[in-house]
Amino acid sequence: MSHVSPAAPGPSFAARHLLGIEHLKPHEITEILDLADTYVDLNRRPEKHSDVLAGLTQINMFFENSTRTQASFELAGKRLGADVMNMAMQASSIKKGETLIDTAMTLNAMHPDLLVVRHPHSGAVDLLAQKVNCAVLNAGDGRHEHPTQALLDALTIRRAKGRLHRLNIAICGDIAHSRVARSNLILLGKMENRIRLIGPPTLVPGHFAEFGAEIYDDMREGLKGVDVVMMLRLQKERMDGGFIPSEREYYHRYGLDAEKLALAKPDAIVMHPGPMNRGVEIDGTIADDINRSVIQEQVEMGVAVRMAAMDLLARNLRAERMEQAG
Amino acid sequence: MTTLFLNARLIDPEAGTDAPGGVLVADGRIAEILPERTDPAHLFRARNIDPAKADVVDCGGKCLAPGIVDIGVKVCEPGERHKESYKTAGLAAAAGGVTTMVTRPDTNPAIDSPETLEFVTRRAQADAPVNVLPMAALTKGREGREMTEIGFLMDAGAVAFSDCDHVVANTKVFSRALTYARSCGALVIAHPQEPVLSGGAAASSSKFATLRGLPAVSPMAERMGLDRDIALLEMTGARYHADQITTARALPALERAKANGLDITAGTSIHHLTLNELDVADYRTFFKVKPPLRSEEDRLSVIEAVRTGLIDTISSMHTPQDEESKRLPFEEAAAGAVALETLLPAALRLYHAELLDLPTLFRAMALNPAKRLGLPCGRLAAGAPADLILFDADVPFVLDRFTLKSKSQNTPFDGQRMQGRVLATYVAGAPVFRRD
Repeated sequence: MSHVSPAAPGPSFAARHLLGIEHLKPHEITEILDLADTYVDLNRRPEKHSDVLAGLTQINMFFENSTRTQASFELAGKRLGADVMNMAMQASSIKKGETLIDTAMTLNAMHPDLLVVRHPHSGAVDLLAQKVNCAVLNAGDGRHEHPTQALLDALTIRRAKGRLHRLNIAICGDIAHSRVARSNLILLGKMENRIRLIGPPTLVPGHFAEFGAEIYDDMREGLKGVDVVMMLRLQKERMDGGFIPSEREYYHRYGLDAEKLALAKPDAIVMHPGPMNRGVEIDGTIADDINRSVIQEQVEMGVAVRMAAMDLLARNLRAERMEQAG
Repeated sequence: MTTLFLNARLIDPEAGTDAPGGVLVADGRIAEILPERTDPAHLFRARNIDPAKADVVDCGGKCLAPGIVDIGVKVCEPGERHKESYKTAGLAAAAGGVTTMVTRPDTNPAIDSPETLEFVTRRAQADAPVNVLPMAALTKGREGREMTEIGFLMDAGAVAFSDCDHVVANTKVFSRALTYARSCGALVIAHPQEPVLSGGAAASSSKFATLRGLPAVSPMAERMGLDRDIALLEMTGARYHADQITTARALPALERAKANGLDITAGTSIHHLTLNELDVADYRTFFKVKPPLRSEEDRLSVIEAVRTGLIDTISSMHTPQDEESKRLPFEEAAAGAVALETLLPAALRLYHAELLDLPTLFRAMALNPAKRLGLPCGRLAAGAPADLILFDADVPFVLDRFTLKSKSQNTPFDGQRMQGRVLATYVAGAPVFRRD
C-alpha cells in the first residue's frame, strides 16, 4: 500500500537543509506539521510502507550517543523506502583523528541524499552542511538546536490542544544546556505562544528573557494557569553541586509532582523529550498518567515529523537535481 | 643618503595635527619637518645637499605618518613555521605599514630563555625587512609557576615580558614576578581576564551567544582580571600594560588606576574596535578571537576610550592559524586572526566613520606603543628614526585574503570592502615596500 502525500510539491518549503527552527517561517512549520499529520495516519495502519524516498540513501551520523532519536530517524527513513545506514561516529574515525570535514567529505563521496547528523558542538552541523551536496538534517548540535524535537513537540501540542497559538507553555529545568529548549523557544515563539522558562538561575540564564520569554525561578509561581508543561532532562553531570546543590533539593524545588502540576490548568498536558529521570525532574506517576502525560505521543509524533521533514527535503533535492539536469 | 618627501599630508600624533608639509630624511633619521610648498632646489642649496645623491618623493597629497609600532604580533617561530615565519610576517608588516613588530613569546616552545630569544632575534634579523623587537615570557613555559630569567632576557634584547593569553593565576607567583620585574625596570604585559570564569568560553555572554548555543563568558571576567592586576600593581609598583581592554565595564577601573598614579597603560585590538559579536553570524571561525568579540556597546565604549587616551595603544594581535585549525566547529576552532596587513585599513574605518581622526589613530598605533617601550620611533620629529609610511586614506578596495603576504590567511575581513591602504613603507629611510 502506497502513501500519497496530500499536496503537490509545495512551493513554500524550499529549504535545502533542516538545520534549525531559526530559519523556518511559521507557514513552513505549519506545512511540515500538516504533512506529518498524514504520516501519523500512515504509521497507524497495519501496512506502513511508502516509497517517497525510494532510491534515496539516508545516512545517520551520530557523533554523540543516541538511542531514541537515531531509532526514530531510522524508522522514518525505512517507512518511506530510503536505504538507511547508521554510523556511530564516536566509535570510528574521530578516534583516529579525522576532522569533521574530512569525515563529511568521505561520506559525501558515497553520494548520500539525506544526512542526519548529531554532534556535541554547537554549529557543527551547519559547518558540515556547507561541505556536502545532499540535504542535511540537524538531529541536535551541542546546545544550539534540535529542530525535529521542537517540531514533534509542536505536533503533539497541536493534536492535544487543537491549536498551536495563544497557549501558555512552561519549559522547565536545564534550559541553559538544552538545545531542545532553544528550538522549542524559537518555534513556540514564532507561533505566537506565551512562554515561561522555569528553573534555578544557574540553569536559566537571564539572556533568555531577551527572546520574549518570562523567567521564573519559583516553579509554583511559573506553573500557574499554563496549558502545557514541558519538562527537560537534567543531565547527570550537572547534578554534582556545580549547578544545583543536590538531586534531592532539585526534585523538591523543580521536580514535577502532583502538587505542583495542580497549579497548571486542569487540562494541562505534560511533556518530556526523554529519556526521563524519574524522581529527579518528574514524578513517575505523572509521567505514566494517561490523562496528563503525552510523553508516548511525543515518541509517536517524532517518527511522523521526521518522515515529513525528510519527504519535504527530498522533494526539494529532486527538484534541484531536475533543474541541474536541465 | 637623503630622501625628500614633498607635497604630503603629514599626520603628526605628537602635535595632534593633520596638515600639508614635507619631511627631509638623512642617514636613516628625520632631519627636518618642512612647511608646505618647500622648493627642493632651494632646500638642497640651503642645506648643502648634493641633489644627485638625494631622492625626491612627491607624495601627491597622500598621508605620510610614522610607521606603526605593533605590540603583540605572533610569528610562529619556533615551532609552527608553517603558519608564519619571520620572512612572511616581515613582508606582511611592510605591506601593512607596520615598521616595528613587537613579537609575542607564545610560540612552541615558548620564548622563555635567552637562548631561544637569541634564536628568534637571529631569524628576525636575517629575514624580516622591518624592525623586530621580541618580548619574552614572564614565567617558564608560560605555565605561571616560575619566573623566567628576566635580567638575562633583557640583556638579550627582550623589550617586555608577557605570558600572552595565559593568565598567571597564582597571585603569589605573579606578585613576585611583578616585583622582580620592577627591580629590572621591565615592562610586564598581561591579559586581564579571570581565567576560571572565562575557561572554555567561545563567546561573550549575550542574547546572540545564547541563540547560537555557544559557551560564553560574562564580560565581567575582564574587569575582574584587571581589578586583580591593579591591586597587585599597588602592592608592587611594577610597570604594567594590559594587552587588550575590550569591555566598557573595565574602563572605570583603568581610569582610577591611572588617576592614582600607577604605572599602567592599556591596549586594545583592532578587531574589538571594528567588529562585534554579531559578526560571528553562522559560526564563522575566522571571527573567533581571544577575548571573544563583544557587544556593539562595548565596541563603541572602547573606541571612545581610545579617543580620550584612556586606552593607549591599538594592536593587530596578529595570530596566524592554518586552515585546519579553523575548519572546525566553532568551539573547537583555534582563536586568533592575522591582521598585520589589515590593521591600517580597518583602523581607517574608524576615521571614515568620523569616530577617530588620523592623529589619534597614529597616537595609538605608533606614538604611544613606542613611548611605552622607550623607543625613539613613532613620531614625526627631527632626530627620530625615519620609519615612515605613505598611505592613501581613501582608496577603496575589496580584501581578498589570498592576496595577503602572511603564510596564514585567517582574516575576518575577507571579501569586505575597505578604504585606505599603504602605498609605501620606509624603515630607517629605506623603502621596504612599494605598492605597484
